[in-house]
Amino acid sequence: MNTIAVIDYGMGNLHSVSKALIKVSPTDRILVTSETNEIEKANKIVLPGVGAIKECMEALRKDNLHEVVIRNIVEKPTLAICVGMQMLLELSEENGGITGLNLIDGKVQRILNSETVKVPHMGWNQVSQKTNHYMWTDIPDKSFFYFVHSYACHSSLDAIGLTSHGSEFISAVCRKNIFAVQFHPEKSQKVGLQLYKNFINWECD
Amino acid sequence: MAVAKRIIPCLDVDKGRVVKGVNFLNIRDAGDPSEVARRYDLEGADEITMLDITASHESREITYQTVEKIASEIFIPLTVGGGVRTLEDIKALLRSGADKVSINTAAVEDPNFVKLASEKFGTQCIVVAIDAKSLAKDSNRWEVVTYGGRDRTGLDVVQWAKQMEEFGAGEILLTSMDRDGTKEGFDNKLTKAVSSSISLPTIASGGAGSLQDLVDGILIGGAEAVLAASIFHFSEYSIEQAREVLRSANISVRN
Repeated sequence: MNTIAVIDYGMGNLHSVSKALIKVSPTDRILVTSETNEIEKANKIVLPGVGAIKECMEALRKDNLHEVVIRNIVEKPTLAICVGMQMLLELSEENGGITGLNLIDGKVQRILNSETVKVPHMGWNQVSQKTNHYMWTDIPDKSFFYFVHSYACHSSLDAIGLTSHGSEFISAVCRKNIFAVQFHPEKSQKVGLQLYKNFINWECD
Repeated sequence: MAVAKRIIPCLDVDKGRVVKGVNFLNIRDAGDPSEVARRYDLEGADEITMLDITASHESREITYQTVEKIASEIFIPLTVGGGVRTLEDIKALLRSGADKVSINTAAVEDPNFVKLASEKFGTQCIVVAIDAKSLAKDSNRWEVVTYGGRDRTGLDVVQWAKQMEEFGAGEILLTSMDRDGTKEGFDNKLTKAVSSSISLPTIASGGAGSLQDLVDGILIGGAEAVLAASIFHFSEYSIEQAREVLRSANISVRN
């Protein structure tokens, strides 16, 4: 039995993330937590995030929770979602420039709008799988996932999924045991639940 | 490859039951909200919107319970509107499992509320609902109305939508009160006037009576999403049929 710690720093859509995990894996322990000892004991980590990156980053740094989180996500299978993904990158230009945790290559910039390109990028869009990965198991290439964001990463050495909204951006990144996505798998119906299932079964080296 | 246009079935909920009336009169019972929502989720709805039309404030607890029940059944986004007046209301709805909240009258009465709400909870979860009525003297202009069309505000719909964008709305849910419940189709002129003036997604609402109306809302109105209630509730059409019709009109939809 796995214990999966969903990091609760007050900023995530924790309810829907844990609900999706319970749905695909009724036998594992799903803990929504900010307790150091629980995070240390967990086998896998989920880092959610919604809202503005500045507030997320500040909330994560509060009481030095970020130190515990970094220590654990560098060595355990980790899934980061939306702003959770953005926080792992080098920096974001949102809120006047915010330094990230710099665990994955890439910078976050505002999506440029036009008459046909609406911002926020809100709704279902396709994810092209750039390379094979266990996390894509049973998820057809170019499946539609649910997005809602106004900032995006446009280039990363760790890119593993690509999506187009006006221009192409990086919708999934992966480095070793960390897999991070810009979209919300917990809001992406069947393919989203499959991604959580793959995460439950993912044994990275 | 582009973001797909969305089909959003809407549940009007009164004291924990789905209802739908013509211009809010002749309300018909259409079932248990969580059962209806689950059916839409499985049929392939892109999102679900629940509008709480319960009049009394004491029924707020029922609303939260209903939201919780719906949220536990679906794995697509859920927007909840109706009676959202304070930051506490928003917090309680998000806690109950809503992904977005829709603000209507409270925005008109205090536009700063939208600013505060989007700063606190993020633009992504703040939908501003605008109820629009055409001006008798000028068919190219619309006025914002509140309380189901009873109160006229004097605000111009297009200007109001622009201001709400500036104040941090993430989406505009635009309802034609002239068409709502009539099944005569969306007011596409209204939708176009708004969708071409803002960079936020516009959701067309009010008046969908056929699947072609959904197509027109997107192709003529320029809507990013179409919202409908009655055509789905009584199983006149399934969500899948709606998607097929959009797809055959060359509109990008989720597969």
